[in-house]
Amino acid sequence: MYKRDIYKVVSNEQLTAKSWLMVLEGDTQYVTRAGEFVNIALEGKFLRRPISVCDYDERTITLLYDVVGEGTKAMSLMKEGAELDLLTGLGNGFSEERECRRPALLGGGVGCAPLYNLAKKFLARGVKPVVILGFNSEKDVVSADMFEAIGAELYIATVDGSMGTKGFVTDVIREQGLECDYFYACGPMPMLKALCRGVEWPGEVSLDERMACGFGVCMCCSVETKSGNKRICKEGPVFDKEDLIWK
Amino acid sequence: MSVVLSGVKLDNPVIPASGCFGYGYGMAEYYDINILGSISFKGTTRDARYGNPLPRVAECTAGMINAVGLQNPGIDAVIAEELPKMRAAFRKPIVANISGFSIEEYVECCRKINGEEQVEIIELNVSCPNVHGGGMSFGTSAESVAEVVRAVKQVITKPLYVKLTPNVTDIVSIAKAAEAAGADGICLINTMLGMRIDTRTRRPIIANTMGGFSGAAVFPVAVRMVYQVSKACNIPVIGCGGVETASDVIEMMMAGATAVEVGAANLRNPYACKEIIEQLPAEMERLGIEKLTDIIGIV
Repeated sequence: MYKRDIYKVVSNEQLTAKSWLMVLEGDTQYVTRAGEFVNIALEGKFLRRPISVCDYDERTITLLYDVVGEGTKAMSLMKEGAELDLLTGLGNGFSEERECRRPALLGGGVGCAPLYNLAKKFLARGVKPVVILGFNSEKDVVSADMFEAIGAELYIATVDGSMGTKGFVTDVIREQGLECDYFYACGPMPMLKALCRGVEWPGEVSLDERMACGFGVCMCCSVETKSGNKRICKEGPVFDKEDLIWK
Repeated sequence: MSVVLSGVKLDNPVIPASGCFGYGYGMAEYYDINILGSISFKGTTRDARYGNPLPRVAECTAGMINAVGLQNPGIDAVIAEELPKMRAAFRKPIVANISGFSIEEYVECCRKINGEEQVEIIELNVSCPNVHGGGMSFGTSAESVAEVVRAVKQVITKPLYVKLTPNVTDIVSIAKAAEAAGADGICLINTMLGMRIDTRTRRPIIANTMGGFSGAAVFPVAVRMVYQVSKACNIPVIGCGGVETASDVIEMMMAGATAVEVGAANLRNPYACKEIIEQLPAEMERLGIEKLTDIIGIV
């Protein structure tokens, strides 16, 4: 189920040159698991902007987003008290109830966002996840403090080597000799492709794509999978690693 | 608020346009879709199609461009799997939107869908390229529109509405050709060909380069074409293009539309059709309209 409602901006804070953290207050009953997204109507923009849920509770939704275009630029200018029209409860999130001994949560750039709530869910039931986040450079690193504060085992990779392991999240796995039994990933397509092909653990990944409706009717975000055509916004955005076809 | 399209009575003139409402049942989770006049289902072809590569959509001022590429499961799967689910959720007349890339394909799909219960109108999307005609869209030539209408009319008994593309120099000559060939009604407009470029990457935003532009921005073009065609033809017109409000529905009907399709508005606001139908009585009262049929083509 999804719901359209008006949400109030509680805070909207700039974290890095391009990343922002927005906390919204309103009805959150339709947000049911980590990895779902909301679709945001912005004044003067025809299409809504799909943003993954970073965290939620009984009355707030937290969004960690990058300013990548006019829509997210407009979001970054919103002040406390401003109101936003959201569709919530969209998409099929991560299988957060899965029995894992040691899950790996792998994020690339702003793809770290939906992993935060997932990490909290695992920690709440006594499972300590390994969180590996990859960024271009130290100045782009975002949410590391958030993951540290909740007690996750955290590793950072940067492409230029300015922080943590030089390279990608896959280099951290190799360098640290990490042994996990399942992975959850969200990030740019090349990263997801490398993980699905190169990591032996079973896992699932969250895909990111331009969308129109976000609720499954327009077919603008379809992906061909081994079990037929799937809508990233409806059957996804999270797909089993084995279901995806990488060309 | 009821209207009649070629003998098919609709409780109100509001119809979600093809491609913006799936096969209806998915939307039934969110509101009672039986308040709708009808639903035009997702464009269906003979064979299953994945469609175009991603991205398929681009933002525009007051609209959007899409190049989905007629993704659908194919006519047999629609009849076997989608229509039963649609009928379980929706008890009103269904508009079957049929696309094809050859006359034979249109004929085969229309013959199959014609026998389906609750399908009361067949809507022919003639904006697809004719693979036997050098890839030219059927809808851009009066002759090829007439040819496909004649061929389809021979195999169906349900009313045939031809959904025309606006990407032509003279919409009236094409609509008249459809009427002369036996079309029972005209639906217009389909999307306008458009394109956007990502100035940062210096590449088209849409993988297919070009796509169909729709949304509020095309409304005046749609009103103009509905007006021209309804004045020139003696068959009913379904108005489509940029409709977002009850006031837009009334304006489209004043231009000559008997019923009105709502497309892109559903994608931003899933409750768009519901809100339009709820607003219509108040808007009619405000404008002194007793029956919607009184204003069809009044301009």
